Amino acid sequence: MRIFGLNRRIIRVLLGTQYAHMLEYRAEIALWALSGVLPFIMLSVWSGSDARLGLGLDGVALDRYFLSAFLVRQFSVVWVVYDFEEDALQGRLSPYLLQPLHPLWRYVAAHLGEQLTRLPFAALIAAVFFAVQPQAFWQPSVGGFLLAWLATWMAFAIAFLFQSLLAALCFWSEKASALERLQFIPFLFLSGLLAPLTAFPPAVRAWAQWTPFPYLIDFPARVLAGQPVDLMAGFGAQLAWIAVLLPLLLLLWRAGVRRYSAMGA
Amino acid sequence: MGRYWRTLRRFWGTAVAVQLEYQANVLIELLAVAMSLSGSLFLLSLFYGPQQTLGDWSWAQALMVQGLYTVFDGMATTWLRPNLGAIVTHVREGTLDFVLLKPIDSQFWLSLRTLSPAGLPEIGLGLGLLAWGSHQAGVVLTLFSFFTVLVMLLAGGLILYSLWFLIAATSIWFVKTWNATEVLRALLASGRYPLNAYPPALRLLFTLVLPVAFLTTVPAQVLLGQAAAPMLLAGCGLAALFFSAARAFWLFALRSYTSASS
Repeated sequence: MRIFGLNRRIIRVLLGTQYAHMLEYRAEIALWALSGVLPFIMLSVWSGSDARLGLGLDGVALDRYFLSAFLVRQFSVVWVVYDFEEDALQGRLSPYLLQPLHPLWRYVAAHLGEQLTRLPFAALIAAVFFAVQPQAFWQPSVGGFLLAWLATWMAFAIAFLFQSLLAALCFWSEKASALERLQFIPFLFLSGLLAPLTAFPPAVRAWAQWTPFPYLIDFPARVLAGQPVDLMAGFGAQLAWIAVLLPLLLLLWRAGVRRYSAMGA
Repeated sequence: MGRYWRTLRRFWGTAVAVQLEYQANVLIELLAVAMSLSGSLFLLSLFYGPQQTLGDWSWAQALMVQGLYTVFDGMATTWLRPNLGAIVTHVREGTLDFVLLKPIDSQFWLSLRTLSPAGLPEIGLGLGLLAWGSHQAGVVLTLFSFFTVLVMLLAGGLILYSLWFLIAATSIWFVKTWNATEVLRALLASGRYPLNAYPPALRLLFTLVLPVAFLTTVPAQVLLGQAAAPMLLAGCGLAALFFSAARAFWLFALRSYTSASS
């Protein structure tokens, strides 16, 4: 069975080559993993602040929340817009478009390969964290872990679809990465990376729930940290965002490719 | 000296002229600055719970720290990222050879070649926030305090530049160090909050190893009259130390530089 040109053999080859490619840049990926330390900095500010009491998270729970936020972020980082922009500008995109494989799958495989390369570095940082804060150690149940894994994967899917949507705008303008930078700002403040959503005033929290951002970090991190969370509502919202973004992306992509070939002709 | 000054004016004149061609970018940049500043203030407000303090700093005093952080962030956008980010490209594409052949100091050329006006509104907003926070915190502005803050800003800028340049210069060996500066940026984000908000171990790290404290917290303390002359001197000394380290490291790096073609 083929979905946009994908079958099992192609999946194996794509993932294999992209993983090998990413292994070449291990040092670079280690640095990227390290550049995700922001949740730990925020954790140290939150733990020393009186406002912590209003969070409904005390000491250990707060540690676990921010570690989970760090891990979720590590495995849902998306950079497709930058690669796509470069490929489009340098003309590498044209041969990709001729192949029977949808070009976006190539980027998906690159991201998955990178996540696999990142795994040991993320595990190392988590191990250091537990060495410094041994009382925060916890082991999620198998069911809980699988749910968190699924939620993180869905978060990655939403982020990937959303950024691909911006990347597809490359067909019309060169400002796609500027738009990406603009959307990164609300992501930073509303996703739960810097502050758990429970810290927000109720009105802001209610409003944030209607944006995709809390489902990118806050929801998966809560599931991973084993905090009480409305699973049905969370997964429902994630599915809804995927259901909105996927057809939109396919439409925009098709229109863009038509325009792109017209540009070359 | 006069030659360097004339060159600098040419460099920046052309850089600004080029940037002004892209007016949409200015709008996007302004929007980004406004959004991220309001986000930062919102986040800061979350820390001010019932007790109204963060590590013994009042809201107005913390605003001064945020203002200083914004100034330095703008400085990075205007000056450091466009210049020092290009060093990697020069090494990879072999154009560093041309820079080295020019009858002008290579570190001067690489550090000041261009200027991105996009960060200027951020610097302006940061200074505004600093002024407003100081006013609210009851700081009486004298000519002397104005002067000391200016010195601290220069020292902080020099420290920031030296750190950034040290990392950028390692690209002579590693070619790809763009991500190392990303790590630096992530760590510098800790300067958004007063040093007292951190646990003691991190305070030590941010004062001695990665002197973020001297960028934001110490200048704010100087303005508030909480830090005395020794801190001021320490800041200036540290700036001199870091700058000479960056300079020495660059000369050392050049010795092991073989051009891309050889």
